[in-house]
Amino acid sequence: MTDRTGPLLQVERLNTSFETRAGTVRSVRDVSFEVGRGEVVGIVGESGSGKSVTGLSILGLIERPGRIVSGAIRFDGEDLVGMSEARMRRMRGARIAMVFQNPMMTLNPVQKIGAQIAEALTEHARLPAREVRARCIRALEAVGIPSPEARMEAYPHEFSGGMRQRIVIAAALVTEPDLIIADEPTTALDVTIQAQIIHQMRRLIDETGAGLIWISHDLATLSELADRIVVMYAGTVVETGTTAEIIGAPRHPYTRQLLASVPSANAPGRPLRQIPGMMPSLLDIGDGCPFASRCERRTEGCARPVPPAVLSETRTVRCLNLPEDRP
Amino acid sequence: MLLFALRRALQALGGLLALTLLVFVGVWMIGNPADALISPDASMAEREAAIRALGLDQPLWRQYLDFLGGLLQGDFGSSFVYREPVTAILASRLGASLELAFAAFVIAVGVSIPLGLYAGLRPEARLSRAAMGLSLLGVSIPQFWQGMVLIILFGIWLAILPVGGRGETATFLGITSSLFTLDGLMHLLLPALNMALLKMSLLMRVTRAAVMEVKSLDYVRFARAKGVRPHRIVTRHILGNILLPVLTVLGIEIGNLVAYAVITETVFSWPGLGRLLISSIQVLDRPVIIAYLCFTALLFILLNLIVDILYTVVDPRVRDALHAGGAK
Ligand SMILES: Nc1ncnc2c1ncn2[C@@H]1O[C@H](COP(=O)(O)OP(=O)(O)O)[C@@H](O)[C@H]1O
Ligand SMILES: [Mg+2]
Repeated sequence: MTDRTGPLLQVERLNTSFETRAGTVRSVRDVSFEVGRGEVVGIVGESGSGKSVTGLSILGLIERPGRIVSGAIRFDGEDLVGMSEARMRRMRGARIAMVFQNPMMTLNPVQKIGAQIAEALTEHARLPAREVRARCIRALEAVGIPSPEARMEAYPHEFSGGMRQRIVIAAALVTEPDLIIADEPTTALDVTIQAQIIHQMRRLIDETGAGLIWISHDLATLSELADRIVVMYAGTVVETGTTAEIIGAPRHPYTRQLLASVPSANAPGRPLRQIPGMMPSLLDIGDGCPFASRCERRTEGCARPVPPAVLSETRTVRCLNLPEDRP
Repeated sequence: MLLFALRRALQALGGLLALTLLVFVGVWMIGNPADALISPDASMAEREAAIRALGLDQPLWRQYLDFLGGLLQGDFGSSFVYREPVTAILASRLGASLELAFAAFVIAVGVSIPLGLYAGLRPEARLSRAAMGLSLLGVSIPQFWQGMVLIILFGIWLAILPVGGRGETATFLGITSSLFTLDGLMHLLLPALNMALLKMSLLMRVTRAAVMEVKSLDYVRFARAKGVRPHRIVTRHILGNILLPVLTVLGIEIGNLVAYAVITETVFSWPGLGRLLISSIQVLDRPVIIAYLCFTALLFILLNLIVDILYTVVDPRVRDALHAGGAK
């Protein structure tokens, strides 16, 4: 049943919506991308562009009033969309793990952290208590928690934000999952700790060969970590490519603007460029290019659906009026 | 920690003293107990003798000091009416009040916590909506009216339950209570239900609100992302975290069940503390009123203490905060 040759994860034309009183919020529209084994794929986009909803969709954690409207999420050759909740539960944690954004909120305040890590193991398999303990300690060691044995008995409030996020990552890694989805895991942390965690994460991925989806609104962070980058805007994927391609030669007007708004070490003191205008509301949004209202290159055709153009084996862009190769 | 406990105890003591003083002044302002106690036909001499016997001939400050002197020896004084020590009178009524409170508590908690949990987990379900609607009725219907409806329904139309008084009692493990006889339980059912309905509604709404809040928090989502089974998410991650708000409300409501059963006890002629208080106020039986209020205050202090201790049991953050505070 498992297909070792294909990509680990294949998201195909995923659509996820929320039915609200005000109307249908089309948070994720026609999103497609792949993640290979041992590959780090970054998803970047402004707040509200549908990154988290994409991650939660993969894990089957979209709750009412939301639902996956259409599309396929093939994991190891098997479609997760429409999989029974019982089977999906056995996937979660065991084979696909997720790390959330706010480490201050991700751990249960009244449960010892040892128990919270062990839970990921014991809820999926009957294991001897000694082995569970040994694996939890090893996971804590791997993410750089000092004296892990003693810390197993501690509660979340006894740790700093950075330490808590390491614990959450340990809980995600302890089962040795095939795919890890990290949703802005370092956004709430300060820069040095952010760098340490990114470094450690890269090493762990290289060691275990798991696939990693790293969600971030920060291209600079992704450039240090990701093999490939998926750029999302208002619920759609506007561009995908290798990290070098996206950073070195962005093609989509939105990606270019995003890149221009990254603070650059080369030009200190220069004011940050903000992208003018606002992201459109996802409420009953049409099928045309969502960036059109903020785009300098907009033409009449942009109001109609824009299919992704495959530029090369690694590269797709969704734009009718592509600027020249060089920005 | 010890210092903290000591300070709390002193505060409580100060509060109790203020309370007794307030009652003395309050009763004095309302009227002379002697007028209510002594028959109007009594001769002047008889009247004076009676007043002297009750100590009411002394100035108020003198009466208060005498009362405090008695307190130091553990003596709350004797009832003006029954001429018996008030502690004995209270004790004789306490059993009836406690068993009523206990029965109401069991009914209220037994129904409201599971129902609130369900309604919080599945707010859209028909049962949840029905429970929410009924709970609104439960908190808005006046208790005496609700009590009469219960009497008419179960006592008169259906005629299956007795509607007044305490039933047979039996003694078990040294406790005399109507909980141990069938007749006693039958008598207990309606008044207990009458008191339980309000608490049930309140507790269910509190539980539901807490569940709704906790279930959408990140740590519950993270537990789901770890593949934790649904029943364990409820028991470990949701229940463990709603205990705090639920305990707080429970502590207050248990106290209310014992102390403020006045209406139910009156409607169902239940021989508990509430009815004692009402009749004592009518005749300005000051010693009984004071003893009752002190008992009630002590009860709430005790319940608060228990809730505080339970806090430290269920929440490690409270435990650590307390230790850190005590270390200073
Ligand atoms: N439970 C929900 N109900 C309604 N709308 C939602 C819900 N969750 C997310 N959305 C909407 O989906 C869009 C994308 O959200 P999200 O994926 O969280 O963005 P981000 O890229 O910042 O992670 C937002 O417009 C948000 O309002
Ligand atoms: Mg997000």
